Amino acid sequence: MSDWLSPEEWTAVRLSLIVATTAMLASLPLGLAIAWLLARGRFWGKSLLDAVIHLPLILPPVVTGYLLLIGFGRRGPIGQFLYDWFGIVLSFRWTGAALACAVMGFPLMVRAIRLSIEAIDRKLEDAAGTLGAGPFWVFLTVTLPLALPGILAGMILCFAKAMGEFGATITFVSNIPGETQTLPSAIYTFTQVPNGDAGAMRLTLISIAISVAALFASEFLARLVGRRIAVE
Amino acid sequence: MSAVIEVSVAHRLGAFSLDAAFASDGRLTVLFGRSGSGKTSLVNVISGLIRPQAGRVVIDGRAMVDSAAGIFVPKHKRRIGYVFQEARLFPHLSVRQNLLYGRWFAPKAEDGGSRLDDVLDLLGISHLLHRQPGALSGGEKQRVAIGRALLAKPRLLLMDEPLASLDEERKAEILPYIERLRDGFGIPIVYVSHSIAEVARLATHLVILDQGKVSMSGPTAELMSRPDVPILSASAEAGAVLDARVLRHEPEHGLTVLETAAGPLQIARRSVPEGTALRVRILASDVMLSLKPLDGISALNVLPGQVTAIGAPHGDGGALEVRLDCNGVGLLARLTVKSAEQLQLKPGGLVYAVIKSVSIDTP
Repeated sequence: MSDWLSPEEWTAVRLSLIVATTAMLASLPLGLAIAWLLARGRFWGKSLLDAVIHLPLILPPVVTGYLLLIGFGRRGPIGQFLYDWFGIVLSFRWTGAALACAVMGFPLMVRAIRLSIEAIDRKLEDAAGTLGAGPFWVFLTVTLPLALPGILAGMILCFAKAMGEFGATITFVSNIPGETQTLPSAIYTFTQVPNGDAGAMRLTLISIAISVAALFASEFLARLVGRRIAVE
Repeated sequence: MSAVIEVSVAHRLGAFSLDAAFASDGRLTVLFGRSGSGKTSLVNVISGLIRPQAGRVVIDGRAMVDSAAGIFVPKHKRRIGYVFQEARLFPHLSVRQNLLYGRWFAPKAEDGGSRLDDVLDLLGISHLLHRQPGALSGGEKQRVAIGRALLAKPRLLLMDEPLASLDEERKAEILPYIERLRDGFGIPIVYVSHSIAEVARLATHLVILDQGKVSMSGPTAELMSRPDVPILSASAEAGAVLDARVLRHEPEHGLTVLETAAGPLQIARRSVPEGTALRVRILASDVMLSLKPLDGISALNVLPGQVTAIGAPHGDGGALEVRLDCNGVGLLARLTVKSAEQLQLKPGGLVYAVIKSVSIDTP
């Protein structure tokens, strides 16, 4: 395998997997919270929050990337704060790539989780309440397990989106081999150099394989969980 | 002694307003009324699913709601078990996990609660433990739901028409379990129903709701033998409920003789041991009245009594109910207006109630 792919190509594949996994896991807690808020909350500005969450889905990715650059760059207000207080640098680092991917995948994740939470019969949550479970325990023991298929679907969607993210990533953190050059950036680079076709094709095949595997994994997990829940 | 449960609530929900108050120390209090009379809303107030605009709910001396004092105990801290119309079992948990769900949150220290084995025994669900709720029949689900509520060590058990979604056979399957629960578990029960048969069989205390208000509240036997409770006495199922004890069996005649305060009753044979306490339900439409003691009549039961009240004609004006006092026991008879006139019945008059053995029901 390692002689089939050049070390640079390997690096890009590994980096992409790390970035996508980080993006998926890091956005999960926030995604759950926002999805729950949108599904169950009643507060002022709910549709505004909904719109903001969905923005990356409709904005040109380059615009999202540019906004991230302005906000999270070394001199951006948030970027400076993160650097001064925690020593975290996002711009031109792989962590920045993960942030860009997470932002782009977030609406997909929230949407899937929100729909599955909305589908839960609230009467079951009431029943748990009368049995002595406080709101937190109701969420943990009833809402969360029943929403699991949607949560898994949301995670996989977010992961797949992160694997393919290009525009926002390259705008925010550029295309540095070994640091921010993910699969799509590497493919793009190959298409810009002479004789890069073979490399581009290899990475394309890998990209397709990973996407298909993710799709199958999500189908399999959803069926596994669904069978436990939907015997009803 | 203060009542086990004391409720007074004022709550407005759109066009419907609930304005109900009752107190009961019965082992099983039935909230009875037509659909839309506010029974479920009232139970939801007791359980904490609805926060009433004003009112007081006191269970066993503990205030759950007292709007005047600003008290509202959230539902998960009330320890009030709730058996819903649909079982509402958690589909992602096994029967065993469902049963033990509430135990997690119940106080560990005091051991006043029911043990799993006792509950499994009482409800006959030991063989279901390792199944998933989806694989259970309607009756089994409802029994598991009752067990789940019991195991959360409730101070009070609410049952909202737990039999409504079941067919007759399943109802007959569950009713004995509810009776055992009432008689053997020491947890007061509030039971919502719109079935007179269930009231007659289960209730020790009856609360009648009509359009969000309590129209009557009292011991079941007393309310059921009153001729002036239209929802009960004008219904085809109107009838009195008597407490009885099995005196002896007469196998040669296929009869069982019961002892009641009103006198002995002979009924079609029941296969229960002598001495067993049971409830007898005598429908008003099965009782004939006579001014003289009768001979040469096929009916075996003739109880002397005194007319205490005569109800207003209902239906098309052709029938009315007469309440009798038979040695302290209330009995209800349905007559045509014409026969009531011919017998010249009036309160205080002596009559004989004639009841056919085959029409006496032991619910």
